[in-house]
Amino acid sequence: MNRGSLSLFAQTVLPILGAGSLILAWQVLLPLAGVPAYIVPTPTAIAGVFARNGSLLLSNLWPTAIEAFSGFVLGNLAAVLLAIVFVHSRTLQAAYFPVVLFFNTIPVLALAPVVILIFGLGMLPKIVIAAVICFFPTLINMIRGLESASPSEHELFRVLSATRWEIFWRLRLPRALPMLFASLRIASATAVIGAIVGEWIGSDKGLGALIIQATFNYQSDRLYAAIVLSSLLSIGLFMTVVAAERWSVRYR
Amino acid sequence: MPAPAIETSGLDVGYPGRRSAVTVISGLELTVEAGTFLSILGPSGCGKSTFLRVVADLLAPLAGTIRVMGETPSAVRSGRGVGFVFQDSTLLPWRTARANVRLPIQVGRRSLSRMIDDRADELLELVGLSAFGERLPHQLSGGQRQRLAIARALLGEPRLLLMDEPFGALDEITRDRLNDELLNLWRRTGTTVLFVTHSIAEAVYLGQRVIVLAAHPGRIVADHDLRPLKGPDNSCSREDPAIVAAMARMRSALGAAS
Repeated sequence: MNRGSLSLFAQTVLPILGAGSLILAWQVLLPLAGVPAYIVPTPTAIAGVFARNGSLLLSNLWPTAIEAFSGFVLGNLAAVLLAIVFVHSRTLQAAYFPVVLFFNTIPVLALAPVVILIFGLGMLPKIVIAAVICFFPTLINMIRGLESASPSEHELFRVLSATRWEIFWRLRLPRALPMLFASLRIASATAVIGAIVGEWIGSDKGLGALIIQATFNYQSDRLYAAIVLSSLLSIGLFMTVVAAERWSVRYR
Repeated sequence: MPAPAIETSGLDVGYPGRRSAVTVISGLELTVEAGTFLSILGPSGCGKSTFLRVVADLLAPLAGTIRVMGETPSAVRSGRGVGFVFQDSTLLPWRTARANVRLPIQVGRRSLSRMIDDRADELLELVGLSAFGERLPHQLSGGQRQRLAIARALLGEPRLLLMDEPFGALDEITRDRLNDELLNLWRRTGTTVLFVTHSIAEAVYLGQRVIVLAAHPGRIVADHDLRPLKGPDNSCSREDPAIVAAMARMRSALGAAS
């Protein structure tokens, strides 16, 4: 890839021009092609929803944001803790990793109704679904990350008679961080998916509920506005992860 | 008379396998005087690195006995008696040069770590890297990284310095310079050095004594005392005919064994 030849200016402006040109084509060409507004509304119509129904959108954004964020934190935290346990105990890993592996083969969509049955209709089941969807990729990446120190690095710590805790804190954990952040970046998108899927199955609040209602009422502009908000939510979570990564993994 | 740095008897070195152990060196008889710079020369697979790992208590011997400075390898290791320099520098990439050198006082038994002075800046100076203390490893050259690894190994003032082909991945010019620097460090510190290499020239230039190992099975096929050629400060010229002749003798010892 020859990306280095582009100036910083071009690197910033070109993506904006690219996206802008597509939005412009959407605005002008789609109505010309005869695509009805109830299937694909124009960008200005979607922007109009943000202007007119701002408070409705916002009141549905918050529940989804809270669910996605809480699920993200809980799911990843549980994955990191379980990875630490597995790495330090071969016995527990041998006993329980296959169970976790089996659990991961259940589609989240199939699992969601069960979660709703157990936890009711509030925010909690959505948080659980978002957490479950984040959990597995982080568990796998974190185990691999914690095991990624080289044999000579382990020998170095052994020559220094380091304790298990010191090996974890000063070798395994810093080694695992790049891999952890790789899966956190993916989880920033999947947590939002989990929250919205949960809302589809049983909720009257949140972007997921708004998407279902707007679809059945043929309010396409409102549907598209909800889609844009879901995407912005993922982007917000993603940027937070990237900022945390820049702060903690400075040697790249 | 201080205890010898290394004293082995009937030592079998290798890896414990699932069914049966893989023996790399068997029946090793070796005594190394304290303060010696010993080169261990041999082809890949002769067990020279494996032997270093037994000395450092990274690997248990399969049979026989080994005493390191009169103690067991594990007592020496937990007393911070050894410094180890690996073939790859094994610097932690998230730590600055100075923080890498300071690692030995941040881990290990607290009581011992506290007894070691924080000589990081002194050691950076000693290996010519005082201006690079805040650099990260990937901002340093291969030679600088190995100097840093040596500084880290010296931080605990080890009585025994084990070096496993530390300059194997460097270009020849850097390697020659680091050889001279290493000899200077050795003259200043008086540490016993066990230096593993597969370069005949390096083994002869550095060692007061060179043992030549052959592979399959790993065994000592030649043991040369070079002190008569090099004098007490262990210095020589690479062009000295006596040194060149010593290299030729080792080459033929290696050739005859394989």
